[in-house]
Amino acid sequence: MADLILSGPISAPASRWRSALARGGARLWIGGVLVALLLLIALFAPVIAPHDPAEQDLMSAQLPPAFMRGGEAAFPLGTDSLGRCVLSRLMYSARTAVSVALIASLLAAIIGIALGLVAGAFGGVPDQSVSRLIDVWMAFPPVLLSIVLAAVIGAGLVSVIAAIVVVDWTRFARIIRAETQAQLARDYAAAARVLGLTRAQALRLEILPNLVPLIVTLLAVEMGIAILVEVILSFVGISVTGDTASWGGMITEGRQIVYQAPWIMALPILAVIISVIGFNLLGDGLRAALDPVQRR
Amino acid sequence: MRWSAILKRLALIPPTLLGVGAIVFVLLRVVPGDPIAMMIPPGASPADIARLRALYGLDQPLLAQFVTWLGQVASGDFGRSISLRQQVFELVGARLPATLELAALAVALALMMGVAVAVVGSLLRGSRLEWLLDTANGFFLAIPDFLWALILLLGFGVLLPLLPISGRLDPQLAVAFRTHFYLIESLLTLRFDVAADLLRHMLLPSLALALPFAALVARLLKAQLAEAEDQDYAQIAHTRGFSRTTILQREVFPNALIPTVALSGVQVTLLLGGTVLVERIFSYEGIGNMAIDAVINRDFPLIQGLILTFAVLFIALNLAVDLLVAVLDPRLRHG
Repeated sequence: MADLILSGPISAPASRWRSALARGGARLWIGGVLVALLLLIALFAPVIAPHDPAEQDLMSAQLPPAFMRGGEAAFPLGTDSLGRCVLSRLMYSARTAVSVALIASLLAAIIGIALGLVAGAFGGVPDQSVSRLIDVWMAFPPVLLSIVLAAVIGAGLVSVIAAIVVVDWTRFARIIRAETQAQLARDYAAAARVLGLTRAQALRLEILPNLVPLIVTLLAVEMGIAILVEVILSFVGISVTGDTASWGGMITEGRQIVYQAPWIMALPILAVIISVIGFNLLGDGLRAALDPVQRR
Repeated sequence: MRWSAILKRLALIPPTLLGVGAIVFVLLRVVPGDPIAMMIPPGASPADIARLRALYGLDQPLLAQFVTWLGQVASGDFGRSISLRQQVFELVGARLPATLELAALAVALALMMGVAVAVVGSLLRGSRLEWLLDTANGFFLAIPDFLWALILLLGFGVLLPLLPISGRLDPQLAVAFRTHFYLIESLLTLRFDVAADLLRHMLLPSLALALPFAALVARLLKAQLAEAEDQDYAQIAHTRGFSRTTILQREVFPNALIPTVALSGVQVTLLLGGTVLVERIFSYEGIGNMAIDAVINRDFPLIQGLILTFAVLFIALNLAVDLLVAVLDPRLRHG
């Protein structure tokens, strides 16, 4: 009993974290583990990959995975049509995927949040212009827009990132705009104004911190989307070129020999699915963990 | 209130389309690749190239090109495709029905699956099976249509070759069509063998489009059903002795339907946008597949025409959903 009373106020922050984690539930844990795994593989690919991803060995091309008949232990997941190690390419592709996901979603977030905040907080002309811009953007088929963009800029990692940022800033802008309006209507925002804070101060000190949970959630989801867009652009033939390994490139190559060696296409698809599920679960878990409304 | 909002939306359509047109137009003109370079035979003289550029109006300043193009579009002339050398309007008109039939089949499949899963989920409420169903549903929702297309292609085209994985119709079935709505036409003219073959070709791509959408419908409808079932009118019906199935059918379902239509309707545009890649993966001859070819060939007039087509479809769909919600919702009927 005494223990309970003592631990009450002292461990308040810790228990808040704990209850947040509990609200996140299994989704948060599984998503977090999958995403952490992806990040670790991306970070340590040069250390853990059994081969150089560009190393060709035409004598042992299209080998099946080691656990299938005809496989070799040196190539745990087999080789592609140029005799390159599929496992190593999968690992190095994780680097490409993580770089694209991190850079593209952060940039999209910055642009989208800035525009969404301004539109939501100031109303009037800024709101009208941002909202009309979003309307125009929403009338584009997103996939087609990113394909046209990537074609315009030319193949390469920068082009993929630019295509994602230009297409996906609206995801952030729309939601941040609506949430800013909702937060401004609350009592605490009015209290901040009464205390004499300027609109910009209130935005920075009061509104933005309350948007952080939402932004973190959106970022996790956007990273999953960015990985998918890279795959899409590779599939159309306008993503990274040459020796840079990417899941999309592997799927595209595998598609051409899908009847002879289906695993070459199946394995990168599996990698993409696991990553996307990971980011989705993490996003869902974070939403549940961080959203105060869901505390009921 | 609601109706005036719809009128306002109508008024915003022309500027939105103008914006879409302007962005595409400018974007395409900064492309490094030259469309003329892709159509001339090797050894063409500079004079020939200049003549071709003039023929397609590419020698004019950007703004002049845009104004000319706008004027033409306003009079229904979308120009000639550079790579296919036909009128864009005719090309799009010939391919659009294929995409519309595919998307319609996908939406129908998704609604059937989604409603079924939501109803089953509601009946299982509180049981361990419900958790399983929700988890599976989340999985289907997280994987986007083009990944489903690749998975289905791998599964039912390669590993277990049950269905065709490319094209719209078996070329051996030499049939003449009057319209480009092959499926509708073959059904109306009672050529069921042709319709069956069309459906076999459409099944995998439409399923790929339908699966994530079905999962979305299931999640939304299930949440709405749960909410509606907690409302007073459902509780009262329960107290009056109606069975759970009857209440679900008569009271809960109609009320859960409205928000579900409103929320999922907008997502139909995503399904339509998904046709671009899914058609590509299954070599299905719709406008999505055509759009990717147009981008690869730097076919400016065709890309512009196709993107505008998609934009018009998106806007029309959003409006249709708003109207449908207004019609379904009894509170708005006299508004």
